[in-house]
Parts: sequence; C-alpha cells; structure tokens
Amino acid sequence: MTDTISVNGQQHTLPSDPRTSLLDFLRHDLGLTGTKKGCDHGQCGACTVIVNGIRINSCLTLAAMHDGDEVTTIEGLGTPDNPSALQKAFLEHDGFQCGYCTPGQICSATAMLQEIANNWPSDASESLEGEMAATGEEIRERMSGNLCRCGAYANIVAAISEVAEESA
Amino acid sequence: MTVHFKQDTPDDSNRLDGMKQGVLGKSIRRVEGMAKVTGTAPYSAEYPIADCAEGVLVTSTITRGKVVSIDKDAVLSMPGVLAVIDDPAMTTRAAQGTADEAPQQEPGTVCYWGQPIALVVAETFEQARDAAKHLPINYREDPSAPLDPQAVEAEEQEDETVRQGDLDHAMATAAHSVDVTYTTKGHASAAMEPHASIAQWDGDKLTVYASLQMLNYNISELADALGMEEENVRLVSRFVGGGFGSKLGVSEDVVAAAIASKEVGRPVRVVMSRQQVFQCVMRRSETTQHLRLAADENGKLIGFGHHALVSNLPGETFAEPVLQSSHFLYGGENRDLMLEVARIHRMTAGSVRAPGEAVGMPALEGAMDVLAEKAGIDPVELRLKNIPEEDPEEGLPFSSHKLAECLRQGADAFGWDSGPRSPRHTCEGEWWVGTGMASAARVHNIAEAKSRVTLKADGSAVVETDMTDIGTGTYTILAQLAGEMLGLEPAQVLVELGDTKNPRGPGSGGSWGAASIGSAVYIACKAVREELGQRLGVGETELELKDGKAASGESLVSLLDGNDLSREGHYEPGDIKDDFTASGFGAFFAQVRVNRFTGETRVDRMLGAFGFGRVLNHKTARSQCLGGITWSIGVALTEALEFDPRDGHLVNCDLAEYHVPVHRDVPDLEVVLVEERDPAASPIQAKGIGELGMCGGAAAIANAIYNACGARIFDYPMTPDRVLAAMPD
Repeated sequence: MTDTISVNGQQHTLPSDPRTSLLDFLRHDLGLTGTKKGCDHGQCGACTVIVNGIRINSCLTLAAMHDGDEVTTIEGLGTPDNPSALQKAFLEHDGFQCGYCTPGQICSATAMLQEIANNWPSDASESLEGEMAATGEEIRERMSGNLCRCGAYANIVAAISEVAEESA
Repeated sequence: MTVHFKQDTPDDSNRLDGMKQGVLGKSIRRVEGMAKVTGTAPYSAEYPIADCAEGVLVTSTITRGKVVSIDKDAVLSMPGVLAVIDDPAMTTRAAQGTADEAPQQEPGTVCYWGQPIALVVAETFEQARDAAKHLPINYREDPSAPLDPQAVEAEEQEDETVRQGDLDHAMATAAHSVDVTYTTKGHASAAMEPHASIAQWDGDKLTVYASLQMLNYNISELADALGMEEENVRLVSRFVGGGFGSKLGVSEDVVAAAIASKEVGRPVRVVMSRQQVFQCVMRRSETTQHLRLAADENGKLIGFGHHALVSNLPGETFAEPVLQSSHFLYGGENRDLMLEVARIHRMTAGSVRAPGEAVGMPALEGAMDVLAEKAGIDPVELRLKNIPEEDPEEGLPFSSHKLAECLRQGADAFGWDSGPRSPRHTCEGEWWVGTGMASAARVHNIAEAKSRVTLKADGSAVVETDMTDIGTGTYTILAQLAGEMLGLEPAQVLVELGDTKNPRGPGSGGSWGAASIGSAVYIACKAVREELGQRLGVGETELELKDGKAASGESLVSLLDGNDLSREGHYEPGDIKDDFTASGFGAFFAQVRVNRFTGETRVDRMLGAFGFGRVLNHKTARSQCLGGITWSIGVALTEALEFDPRDGHLVNCDLAEYHVPVHRDVPDLEVVLVEERDPAASPIQAKGIGELGMCGGAAAIANAIYNACGARIFDYPMTPDRVLAAMPD
C-alpha cells in the first residue's frame, strides 16, 4: 500500500472517502475535467481513461482500488500546444460535434489501436488468432462502447483509420 | 449603435457571394475544436468554483398526489449534509422550448413518477447522493392518474385540422389507395452531457453555469421561477454537451441550484443522474398515425389524409407536431389532417430533435412506399410526380424547393436501381438484401436575434451574443461569416457565445440558430462596413475588404486609428413568413440486410441529399447531416421508450436499455449537399440543417427492410421480433 496513484505522470494521494469513483476523483478532486461523466454506469464510455495501458470506464471503479496504478487521461495524451495524432485527426475529420464524448472516444481509440497491434481479437475478427488489422469494421466493433449522440461515428472512424494507417 | 432589420421581402442580392475573403461556406475546422479534443473546453459542471457544495435531486416514487411530509431530520444528521430543500419555487418539469416563463413549480404536488420533489445538499457528492437515497417521504396518492393514451378521450388541436374536398370519396373512387396505421414509440434526446448547473450569488445577483440551449428564453424562465428581475440574473453556457431539445427550456437542476445556493450561502452544483435526465426532462411522445393516400391511375395524389394521436401531461401546451410537413409536402386536392392529444400522467412530452417530422415523416414515407408498390411506380418517380407547385393548403409559393434535385442527385449518387420493384430479389447467405428510399422535409424556422460585432483597433474582430453552440458549429460559422464580411480570416475573429451579458440571440433549437443569429451578425457587419466605407469615401456595396485591407490598400488598422468600431445587429423576421411556405427538403437512400432467421436488420450503407439554402461551412453542415442520418437509424431500428403500464414510469431510463445507435450500427454514410440560395428564408439565404437529416430517414430503412425480405411493418422501431413476425414464410 502506498495510498498514491499516478495520473499523467504526477503522484496523488488517494481520496479518503472509499465511495469516490475514479471518475469523480479525477474530475472533482484533481480538477481533470477532460474526463466526462455521461451515465456513471459504464454504459456510454465518456469516462474512458487508460489505466496501466488498458482502457477502462473510470465510473465503474473506485479510486481506492487503484493504489499504485498509472492513469492516463485526455489531458495526458496531448495539449492544445502539443496534441496527439488522434487528437489532430479528430479535429481534421470533424470527429465530434458537442465534444462531450470526445475525450472518451480519443482515450478509447488510443488504447484500442494498441489492442489491435497486440493482435487481440474482437467480435468482428475473422479468426481469434493471427494478425489483426484496423479495418473499418474492427474499429466500429471495438469502439462500440463509446456512444456519440451527435452521430459523428462516420467521422470518428475516418479519424481513427487515418491514424491507424499512418502508424501501420 | 444598433441597426434593426426586419425582412419583409425576399433578398436575392446574395451580398455574401460578392465578398472577397472567400471563407464562408469553406470546409474549415471548428474554431473551438482543439479545446474539445484536448478536454480543455469547460462544460457547465466543470467550472472551478471555490467552496462549492453538491446537490442531488430526490424524485417521486408515486405517479400523482401530494407530498405530505419529508423527514429532513433523518438525513440532516448524516455526515456532511447541509440542507434539504423543498422550496415551492422549485420547478418540477423542464420548461418547453421558447416558453419564456417558469414551468410548473410546487414540488409538493406530484404529476408524474420521477418528478423532482426535493434537493439534498452536502459537502461532497457522495454524501449528498447517500442522503438523497435515504430521505423518508410520505405521500398521499391520487389513484386517478390515466396512463394509457389510447384509453382517454383526446383533445383535438384545432389549428392543425385541415378539411378540404372529400377524402372519403377520393379514397372510394381512387385507382390506387392506401389506408394504413403506423405507430412510433417515444424517444429520448439522450444528450451525452447530463443536465448540470452551478449557481452562485453575489448579493442579490445570481450567476448560473448551466447546460442550456436557449439562454435568451432561459433567463426569463429562471427569473420568473425565482421572482427576480432579469438584470440580476446571468446564465453561462459556453459549451453544451448536446441538447437535441432536452435543454431548450430551463431544467429543474438550474432553479434548484439557485435556491439551494441562496439557502446555504455557498455556491451549489446540481448534476442530474442519467436516470433523472431520462425521467424528468422531456420525452418525445409516442404516436399513432392513420395515413390515407388516394391516387389516380398515374400515381398522382388526389387525396391525402393524416391523423395523429400524441400525448402529454394535463396543462402542457406542447403537442408533438406530427403533421408539420404533411401539410405541404405532397399535393392531393382532397385533404383531411387532424392532430389529437391524450392527457396522461407520464413524464412531460416536449421537443426531441426534429419534433414532428422525426416521427411524422417516417409514417408518411412508409405509406408512400406502399402506394408506389400498389401503383407499380418507382418510389422516386412517385415522389417526383407529387411535388406540388404551391402549398396545397395555403396556396402560398414555396420560398425554394429542392426536393426534385435531391431525389435525382441522391438516386444518382446512391446508384438507385429504378424501375419495378419486388421484395426478396437478393439473398447473401443468411441475409436478405434490399434498398429503400424516402423524401426528407423539415419546416424552416427563424427567430429574432441580436449580436454585437466589434472591429478592434488591432484589426481583429469580436462577435458577441448569448447564442449557444451545442455541437452545431455556431462558433465556427459566425467566425466565417464575420470574416467574410470584414475581410478577415476566421482565426482573427473571436466569437463569444453562451453568456447573457451579451446581446440576445435566438438560442439553438428548431434548426433556426444559424440562419437567425447569422442574420444578426450579417446586419451588424454591414453596419461596420458602412462606417468603414464612409471613412474611405465609398459606398458599403462598393467596399471591398480582404486580408485586413480595403481594395484601395488602406488597412483596417489605419482606418480604425486606434479605436474600436462596434455595431449591434438586430434581426427580426418580418411579414415575409406570411408570403411563403419555407422548408428544407431532401432524400434518403438506404441499403439494408435482414437476417432471415433472427430478423436482425443491419444498415449496409445510407445516403442523404439535402437542400437547405446557403451552406455556411461544408464540414460542419455535413456533420449535422451525418448526425441526422444516424438518428434515423435509431428511430428505424432501436429507439423506444417503454413505460410501466401500472404507474407510467419510464422503465428503460438509461443508455444500456434505451438503445441509441453505436459505432457498429452506423456504416459509412454519404451526404450530398444540394447548394442553393433561398432569398426568402433569411438575409443570408440560409435555412437550418440540424434536423432535416432525420426527417424521413427511418422510412428509407423501413422500405429497404420490405424490399429485402418482404416484411411490411407499420410499427417503429423495427426490432427483430417485429421483423420476424411480419416476414413471409
């Protein structure tokens, strides 16, 4: 037990109230409001962050459960002065409208592309083994936990595909 | 200085086309986009306000009755709890769009299950949530709460009723007739950002950061609820995480936060849970629609009938305007249209994206497909035959009419296989594959709007209004519009929105935002140009501005001579609205596959072609269309509010049980923008595009389901159970 959590490379003390979700800890205690609360029930994906390299819904986990973990939020992926490739691609392809689901989409896509690179299969994969490719259908399946009510899906897939191709 | 302009006559001078900067209409990135993709754009719950307490709403577990008592002491002793508030000024429903006055108050009177009745305030969210769950409430239930819209006597909305000629006779004598009844389920806006407010007081001045679409109306609604003067109220909504109608009117969190903040003497934040957003904001009414179409042997309509039944709470003025485009979309001299409202005690019915056409058009366009089949005419051809030359009821000319072009260009781009059609022509493995199409129509709305445009001494510009950008692209199109008029790149134009300290815009809703506030900005810019022209000794119409310079070579900076130049534009729709019927038009084409064993429908591809006046930014306009088409998929296949028949409560009140389209439901979509100038729509020749993209699209999918597998279904959404039940053996 260290009672600390690393968020975007900075060490923080875990909250004293055990009921505090990781999401509320990030948004309220740390002021990292880039991570969004859309449903608080793991149904919309707006709160997606990357914990130890894996994407999770931060609303579905308590902060106290992340002793010693390394968390990356949208603020840790890039900044207005130095945006990540996905952040730039979302901007270019208009992969958002209201912007509320966007940090979750980008965090999710960041980790999702790594899952494909690691050859993890999905429901859309033809085989459970072998090399996985970031096809449109793979991206759609793997991103289906991130809702966008504005309906920017077509542009989001275009943005992710472009980054996947560049890094392939 | 304010310049007022009221449009009474069409404007086909198209002044914007003569400007020199060349940025309007261009496909530029959103000017606020970097803030959104980096998570640095502040939404309403996210302002860092010191010493802010947290409020959680408590909602009713009865349908109708009175709150007899609330045992506040039971939770006031819990850790961190500061107050339990049940002030009679608290609102119990969201205001309807453009209400301009407080919605229903008195939380002690319960009218629907899930209604807010109290607010618990505590130091932390966890403490407030816990206390809210433990607050004991005693009710006196009123058992007489009708819940089934089919079981009560409905009220006719007389201003919607049209009776021309003799439809019964036309139906009896027509070569081809269709007499069908469609149903649609209720829908939720389900904007991704839950409704949220932070209220703080400075003496008798109130500021609320809130997630709202129409601050110009919301400020009046809030002030009225609190018995305050508007000048003491400020609302801020710089970023709004989607609205789709649910944030048109002031919502319960806003008023509760304001009252609580006053009572505890600290800022208070109130964020609705997702379940509360579903259950106590707005639903789109379910509908039952009776369509009657009578056509001659060539498929030309001689009779048109559309009756609709919708529902709402007693006393609510809003009735889902199902017939809105049915009044003018197709001809037919014998007409019978009627809208009725059943008064029931389900949650409030109100505006959800494209109120009216979102459900009226899918029914009408489904019936048109049945007619095309009966008459043996290609569905595109049937629509083309029935485009009226003037409004068939009012006799008014159309301000512009792009339906024929949209049908033709859409069919071409999609590769529509015209000619006689019959179902089950293609089978791929387990899947029947077919295509369908539908027309799109959405009435053109426009509203009064004000904006201030300031040319700064340094040669940059600022546009100020309380107008909102709810994802629609307002920030960007206003930067483009002002840049075009003043000879600046959009990056040199700062657009300040979502703050009632600025001149009042129209608010975002009814697809009227861009045309209305764009016109106010246009008028203000024209006034700035007039002053600049005077300084240069040229008329405004001769003035050419580009890249911060006049054609004579003089720079804006030198013309301004160290001073700012500011003008306020005030746009008002004039008599022109009485002289024309104005609407956006379009066409949808879809290819679907239907599983022959499970009844599951997948959309393979979909295209929409739309004509809606001047396109202000091709990128953001296309995105609006993509969003609308995506909603069409939801309406067609998955979205349905389900109410408990015993107490009327909304059962599927979250995003796991109310199925909005997800990534894998949405294929590559194609959008064709049929550019035009509508001189009667607005001074900038633009109409709206926020809603047109979902007005009929569900029927293209429904008609494709029939073409694929032979299942003719009259109930939306077309879920697998319904498809299987209707599928021929």
